[in-house]
Amino acid sequence: MNITQLPYLKDIYAFLGSDVTAGIVGLLIIAAIVPLNVAFLVLVERKVAGHIQLRPGPMEVGPHGILQTLIDAVKLLGKEMVTPQSTDKLIFFLAPIIVVAPAFVGFVPIPFSPMMQIKDVNVGILLIFAFSSISVISILMAGWSSNNKYSLIGAVRSVAQNVAYEIPLLLATMSILIMTNTFKMGEIVQAQSSVWFIFYQPIAAIIFFIATTAETNRAPFDLVEAESELVSGFHTEYTGMRFSLFFLAEYTNMVIAAAMFTVLFLGGWHGPLFPGMIWFLIKTYFLIFVVMWARWTYPRIRFDQLMNFAWKVLIPFSLVNLLITAIVLKVL
Amino acid sequence: MLNPKTIDDTSIDQRVYTLNLGPQHPSTHGVMHLLVTLDGEVVLKVEPVIGYSHRGHEKMAENRTYEQFLPNPARMDYLSGMIFNHGYCMAVEKLCGIEVPRRAEYIRVITSELNRIASHFIGAMDYAMGLGAITPFLWGWDDREHILDLLEGITGSRLTYSYGRFGGVRNDITKEFYDGTRRFIDRLRGRFWDYENLINQNIIFIKRSKDVGVITKDVALDYGVTGPTLRGSGVNYDVRKMEPYSAYPEFNFDIPTREEGDCLARYQVRMAEMEQSLNIIEQALDHLPPGPIRAKVPRLVTPPKGDCYCAFESARGAVGFYIASDGSRIPYRIKVRAPSFSNLFVLTEICPGHFLADVIAIFGSIDVTVPEIDR
Repeated sequence: MNITQLPYLKDIYAFLGSDVTAGIVGLLIIAAIVPLNVAFLVLVERKVAGHIQLRPGPMEVGPHGILQTLIDAVKLLGKEMVTPQSTDKLIFFLAPIIVVAPAFVGFVPIPFSPMMQIKDVNVGILLIFAFSSISVISILMAGWSSNNKYSLIGAVRSVAQNVAYEIPLLLATMSILIMTNTFKMGEIVQAQSSVWFIFYQPIAAIIFFIATTAETNRAPFDLVEAESELVSGFHTEYTGMRFSLFFLAEYTNMVIAAAMFTVLFLGGWHGPLFPGMIWFLIKTYFLIFVVMWARWTYPRIRFDQLMNFAWKVLIPFSLVNLLITAIVLKVL
Repeated sequence: MLNPKTIDDTSIDQRVYTLNLGPQHPSTHGVMHLLVTLDGEVVLKVEPVIGYSHRGHEKMAENRTYEQFLPNPARMDYLSGMIFNHGYCMAVEKLCGIEVPRRAEYIRVITSELNRIASHFIGAMDYAMGLGAITPFLWGWDDREHILDLLEGITGSRLTYSYGRFGGVRNDITKEFYDGTRRFIDRLRGRFWDYENLINQNIIFIKRSKDVGVITKDVALDYGVTGPTLRGSGVNYDVRKMEPYSAYPEFNFDIPTREEGDCLARYQVRMAEMEQSLNIIEQALDHLPPGPIRAKVPRLVTPPKGDCYCAFESARGAVGFYIASDGSRIPYRIKVRAPSFSNLFVLTEICPGHFLADVIAIFGSIDVTVPEIDR
């Protein structure tokens, strides 16, 4: 007797194949992978920093310190979550929760390989942009509710910075979108099966990379938590697990930004020899390494220079680039 | 640089706020407190608040013999302790009229210049860290570590030295120190290229440093600014050349100056001075005279009644020791002229109109040590 003829198994297959199940399973996988990935990235960051700075980095816990971040996470879990007296308690409590949620949702439309995608959403690109904008609100909430001047300055900087850099980011993405005529990330990757878009759109790629570095508040654009000026910016007053949620969100956003760059410009899963998933991860982690490399090489730029750079350099260039792309596409 | 908003603006009361930078802050070099008045991110006023690490060194001097005060000067400016120690010994020798053997003078110069390089590493690299570049700081720390190891080998301590004695130094230099210093000179000359590439060619570093915190020649002279901060403003003044002391007249070295007076100029002066210090050390090692390392001096010195002022150049500027003696074994009064004090208060003049981030940069570029200000 053929096993597929069993009536209840059909129902189970149908249930397992449904969008709802795939969504739930996918989110569970994300929930498991994201913190582990962050633990790995924190270790990588410390090792990269260490070797750039002529020192070995963490070496104590496990061979070459590979268990260091896990131990740190356990320590942070055990720490008391201090809520200072003068804070706005509710907002102070909500901010770290809200900062993490969009970071998790950002993984939904990312195609790691032709099969490894939770859902190829129609508006995948827009979904990521929309959710990543929420993190600005939570940073503002954290900075405002902390009732600390350093936190407030950091939060205000964050809003100005994110508004400024979202425009060139979207304009650079637009020049890809008018080439592919789709918001679906899977289809954008398929369109690059022969030539990666970075060769068609080098300027857009550079603008996109700079703007995402600024959007994820990484050095040299880490004015939001500039430790030499603002102690640690918007999360100065946060302790224990709440602090680590901000940390989690920062690194997860970095992964999403690198994954988006891979999808838009580096041909996603395309590559010889290895399976698609491997290629996708190689490209993504290489980009993350570049971001870390920049962080440990460059000083921080000043706030007015940051804004001038966005409004006077990146936005005009991305507009011109978009215009040229549109004209070329129309003519061809 | 922006113009500070005029005070007659009606909304100014709602916009202006004060921010306490310190005494606990990542980039205030110890317990320094800057009371900053801000309009948004633009600085209107900066008031340095000092005294957090006042330990009463000058008062201590009035209660102990000259020898017992020997460890104290190195604890005033802990980053150039050897130079302070050297200076204090010079002051007492001047008061007592003690002749120091030439070998001892050479050893003092070598150790002082090594200490100056170590101090400039912290000054220049801490400035880079104030701008957010952490890597140069650790690179500088790595090079500085070699100096500390060398000095530890002959003095026994790594930071607060009391190597000098009245009439000479405590120990003769060893073969390891001699060879190690030679190796260090070669190593550091090769490393300047790395710093050039990592920092001086870095566009963000230049953008953050150029035309920021300009101290004009007049302002610098009015405030009594000395050291690399003064030489960055185009004044060619260095006590080692102007009022030569110890064995400095016997060496051939330049005093690097820059005309611009901005943070970049001060940084460049420090880096150039390190190279000059290497030249001095090399010449001193080449012509190290034989002979005793210490003059015959009684166990407890008893200077005659009188006073003396002895100036010398620390890594931060001109230091003066004024010693008044009443003829006993205990100083009547010791007054120290600390360069960081004068250098610090120039902040009140140059910071208004800059951004908050620039205050950190300017503060880092003038390179003060707090215990020296407070004493």
